[in-house]
Amino acid sequence: MEKTPLLEVKQAGIQFGGLKAVQNLNLVLYPGELVGLIGPNGAGKTTSFNLLTGVYVPTEGDVVFQGKRINGIAPYKVTQSGMSRTFQNIRLFRDMTVLDNVKVAYHALAKHTMLASILRLPSHFAGEKKMEEDAIEFLKIFRLDRYKDELAKNLPYGQQRRLEIARALAANPKLLLLDEPAAGMNPQETHDLMELIAFIRKKFDLTILLIEHDMNLVMGVCERIYVLDHGQLLAEGPPEVIRNDPKVIEAYLGEEVTE
Amino acid sequence: MKRHSKAFWPLLIAALVFYAIVQGLIMTDMLGAYHTNTLIFIAINIILAVSLHLVIGITGQFSIGHAGFMAVGAYLSAIVTMKFDLPFVVAIIVGGLVAALAGLIVGIPSLRLRGDYLAIATLGFAEIIRIIFLNIDYVGGAAGMQVSKMTDWTYTFFFMLITILVIVNFTRSRHGIAALSIREDEIASDAMGINTTYYKVVAFVIGAFFAGVAGALFSHNFYIVLPSQFGFLKSVDILILVVLGGLGSLSGAIISAIFLTLVSTFLQDYPETRMIIYSLVLIIVMLYRPQGLMGTKEITDYFRGWTSKGGKDNGKDTIT
Repeated sequence: MEKTPLLEVKQAGIQFGGLKAVQNLNLVLYPGELVGLIGPNGAGKTTSFNLLTGVYVPTEGDVVFQGKRINGIAPYKVTQSGMSRTFQNIRLFRDMTVLDNVKVAYHALAKHTMLASILRLPSHFAGEKKMEEDAIEFLKIFRLDRYKDELAKNLPYGQQRRLEIARALAANPKLLLLDEPAAGMNPQETHDLMELIAFIRKKFDLTILLIEHDMNLVMGVCERIYVLDHGQLLAEGPPEVIRNDPKVIEAYLGEEVTE
Repeated sequence: MKRHSKAFWPLLIAALVFYAIVQGLIMTDMLGAYHTNTLIFIAINIILAVSLHLVIGITGQFSIGHAGFMAVGAYLSAIVTMKFDLPFVVAIIVGGLVAALAGLIVGIPSLRLRGDYLAIATLGFAEIIRIIFLNIDYVGGAAGMQVSKMTDWTYTFFFMLITILVIVNFTRSRHGIAALSIREDEIASDAMGINTTYYKVVAFVIGAFFAGVAGALFSHNFYIVLPSQFGFLKSVDILILVVLGGLGSLSGAIISAIFLTLVSTFLQDYPETRMIIYSLVLIIVMLYRPQGLMGTKEITDYFRGWTSKGGKDNGKDTIT
């Protein structure tokens, strides 16, 4: 592949006190790819996400997104530059309506100023109207529009997951980071989610990095997989290679007993 | 959002009619100084409650130093009218602006803190402001500063109206939604591209501005302004208005400001039992309505329920 990478992580790592949570992390994502990031509990998957999105500042190495070095940049700026994420434990704005949840993500795209809103200038009404229409259109894509006036906390679990993905997409990202989107879902919901991921990827021309525990989901949709263990990259490659990699099997199932 | 503008004009007209009736009663001497003063107190408390509601109820930043900004407004406006002989309106605006500046200076460092730590920091700043005024001889120190009475029903009412309009307009816009999202989940808000520090500081500065306005109206309603009027207890009084009304409800803040001002005014005739009864009222309300009088609802939500009955299919029962 001779395309320029969308995201490139070079030898990145972070240390909390004496603990090296992640080290020597090297990831490359090309535009349009769907890549999985797997590993046992505590391997550093979510920490890696936090490194990419600016929640943590890497203590070593670099994160390069769209050709620009972004380590140390505030999370909201990372999002505005085109990288959006969901969370492992759903972090919706629980006491806000479904519509308002999506509107928050539209916030950075709208332009009317605070003064215009306070004085109720025409630009306020135009801006708010556009935001509302766009947000409703968006909810329709996710078939969440019938819940739009419902508080987010009142949605069923599976729909909350959908809403979180919808909200992340409303921020208009080029790269979407999904942190265990299938956690707590039954097989049917997981199946629907796989379809949804495939659908949005095409529809929005996205690059996706996916953390997942559900092996069926990862093996089913990802083109390439990175495996993390103890904060370090263990293996990288297409699903069929990863599936048969003895190091990966060992990390997941433990060492083979030899007599 | 559009659905709120429907109630906007009737409410505004109702407010203006109420103003006109009261003003008429004052001019014809049907409403005595005592009752007029009660109304002025209610309006000042509404300004304080609504401005703190923006900081605590909307943005979710637990600040308990509101009296400090009120003190800045009170003293600065008194200096403008008494030392520089400028008109009262100028004094109110100067009081508000300097309080806003104080809010900016206090807000930028302290809004990095969260929860209890922010509460302690704002409390500390409010005390610092009070102590500064206590030690400046130019404004009379502990003996206070003479102020002539300039606050009247018209000034108070219109500044109250402006406060409510500005804060409602802010809340019901993309900026208000951004502020609300910080209250709900700051990490997620940040991840959605909201500059959380900016919005926290903005809410704090707007809140401080109107606290300053309230302070200006407050100081010119007495003949003297004293540092002891703006102590910790004053901050707690304002906090109680917001919490009692329901965190996140603007109409709740207004209703509790009216309710508690009336309670404490009527209890002035019973000085020995006043604080006991006042505290009992608070305890009873908190026992039976721990979420506050209004919860997070607005009074317009109830009207909407009446007018659109039967026409809504997005109720709870559709969710399965």
